[in-house]
Amino acid sequence: MDWLDQQQQYFETLQNFGPRLWDGFVLTVQLTLVGAALAFVIAVILGLMAGSPNLWLRGPARVIIEFFRGTSLLVQLFWVYYVLPLFGLTLESSFTVGVIALGVNYGAYGAEAVRASLTSVSSGQWEATVALSMSWPHKIRRIIFPQAWALMIPSLANLLVHLLKGSAVVYIVGLNDFNFELDQLRRVTDAWFAYAFIGLIAYFLFALVLTQGMRLLEIRAKHRLGQGPTIREILSPAPKMPIASAHPGSTPSLFGGKTPGGQG
Amino acid sequence: MITLTPLLTAQPAGDSSGPIWNWEFAVEIFPEILTAFIQVTLLVTVVGTIIAAILGLVIAILIRVLPTPLALIVRWAANFIRMTPIVVQLLVLYYGFTWMDPLLIGFIVFGIHYATYMSEVYRAGIESVPKGQWEATKALSMSAGRTWRRVVIPQALRSTIPSLGNYAISMFKDTPFLFVISVAEMVRVAQTIGAQTFRYTEAITIAGLIFLAASYPTALLINRLEKRLAYAN
Amino acid sequence: MPTPTDPETPVIEFVDVEKRFGDNIVLKDLNFSVRRGERVTLIGPSGSGKTTILRLVMTLEELTGGYIFVDGEPLTHREKDGKRVPVSAKEQKQLRTRIGMVFQQFNLFPNMTVLENIIEAPIHVLGQSKSEATAKAHSLLEQVGLPDKANEHPMSLSGGQQQRVAIARALAMDPEILLLDEVTSALDPEVVGDVLNILRTVADTTNVTMLIVTHEMSFARDVSHKVMMFDGGRVVEEGAPEKIFSDPTHERTKQFLSAVLRDA
Repeated sequence: MDWLDQQQQYFETLQNFGPRLWDGFVLTVQLTLVGAALAFVIAVILGLMAGSPNLWLRGPARVIIEFFRGTSLLVQLFWVYYVLPLFGLTLESSFTVGVIALGVNYGAYGAEAVRASLTSVSSGQWEATVALSMSWPHKIRRIIFPQAWALMIPSLANLLVHLLKGSAVVYIVGLNDFNFELDQLRRVTDAWFAYAFIGLIAYFLFALVLTQGMRLLEIRAKHRLGQGPTIREILSPAPKMPIASAHPGSTPSLFGGKTPGGQG
Repeated sequence: MITLTPLLTAQPAGDSSGPIWNWEFAVEIFPEILTAFIQVTLLVTVVGTIIAAILGLVIAILIRVLPTPLALIVRWAANFIRMTPIVVQLLVLYYGFTWMDPLLIGFIVFGIHYATYMSEVYRAGIESVPKGQWEATKALSMSAGRTWRRVVIPQALRSTIPSLGNYAISMFKDTPFLFVISVAEMVRVAQTIGAQTFRYTEAITIAGLIFLAASYPTALLINRLEKRLAYAN
Repeated sequence: MPTPTDPETPVIEFVDVEKRFGDNIVLKDLNFSVRRGERVTLIGPSGSGKTTILRLVMTLEELTGGYIFVDGEPLTHREKDGKRVPVSAKEQKQLRTRIGMVFQQFNLFPNMTVLENIIEAPIHVLGQSKSEATAKAHSLLEQVGLPDKANEHPMSLSGGQQQRVAIARALAMDPEILLLDEVTSALDPEVVGDVLNILRTVADTTNVTMLIVTHEMSFARDVSHKVMMFDGGRVVEEGAPEKIFSDPTHERTKQFLSAVLRDA
């Protein structure tokens, strides 16, 4: 009965620990979403700069992008944590430290995705905006970006998962995120498998939710460009007509067909 | 074994005396950081890449040749590993297999994690081999093993090299995650120097610049290779 | 519509124009002018630089030598103290709004409806009110035979319909100069006639200056006042369409015409 007792004890500890784990998980979700929001803003600004014909915008953007892509996330985390205070910028909360490090690192990767998708919008579209004398901000906002958006979502979805995974390291600067609470659970129970079962599965499920959310965004963006079905058509359990024949060319399915590309 | 206290020392609050950057100190600590870079960071990257490149190909082939339910299991297992944090994976093995050397854990985790990425690259490469090639091997009654070895893999491999290289660079920049299982890789060494001397700026910056100096030229080289391959096709 | 002070001023004038892509010289020492209301067709084998001329007028290509004048004003560069200096972006934009272009690949914006495609630039570039632009768009759609397609997505239209929308979009800007770049080359043979008929009507009912690149020789004969035969970046022969098509003098023109007319 020893073994059973032990299991029962584990289970009770786990039960007592539940709220803490949940709080940690919520913090990880927040860290990921706020970090991703910052990364997205940085990616769009740097990506537009890097894709601009003006050398004074493109040059600095390239340097910043390569710098933050080339040095490592952990190095940047330590910079924000240890070095920024020396410049008089002490960040009180480790949440902010984490958000900034995740934001600049994945923002730099995202900038490459933004820039690449801007240049992937067909040259005919760019030429049509010249023929209609549109100003640069106008053509970017109304014509080019809405089309580039559909192209960049898959890369951004990959980066979002990378960012979630990267967020697990932020606990070392003192953030009580999900990974930290898992570690606490290990300490009191010596149940390392908490990591393996609860930890990995929770991270995995959250990553799945994120990628499927991005997939829906992509379907919507493509539909707005006249490609593929609407989200409603995809989610409808019994399509009135076969989607493939209703929308020749592309039939994205919600599950499956994921191809995570590289971030490098 | 060492029990790890992952929480760091407090931020340097009072120690703002002296210049922010001290060249003498930077020169003094540089060799130690560079040694850690060569002995651990590069080692993990090289061994991890070799494991990932081989295992990735195995996964890609398994997904292709196994019957559907088994292939699906392999595929979702790969998805699972790919979509969960390396940091947590390192900690799972670290506390689960306490007899294992942390460096060995690093090889295994980085190798397997990136194998799941590389398998996708191989999959795309295998799919890009024209159907006619498969049909030709059938027409010549070649065995399955021979078909893969002599026809499919050589053709699939060519176009995959740049992507594999990019993942090797990604892995390289992920190696500091070994920090959490107290492997003395470059960033940990830099952080330790900082903690001992209360001078973080030089150590952390040197580590960052070494990363940049190693990864940027490699990325350029891979980019050029990619263009040349695209041009050759 | 702005009118130049001197009614004799050519609408388009090429002076010593040279265009090279790297070491490859596409146009050399090109001099010609187009009068107000004149319709000029450029013919010649592919690679002879016809399309490049249109793209230079639309500022889609950078001029590497010489000058182009629109309404007597320099379009890209002016001569100052014996040197070639670029004109300001503002000056260029001012001239460019007088030029419209219809492309071989239509280049409609897929993220907008047909109506939005047509009214986008009149509202945001010319500063027209939305109601004014919309009313004009509807009458143009009527003119091109698509009165009921205003709220459709471009991608749901056939190629011929898309090209008719593209013509309406170009006309909505009230251009003085309309550039037609192989506008029927990407269309199915049976709809080519519709599109050409619309352009014939535009030619008959307006005074818009047209610069046309086409392989439709009968269309060229019908609408143009002047035909210019290009080969190797130079004008080989020019004259009234009746003269060029029925009695060409130059050997190169004879070869070219016999080849295209045999194909047709």
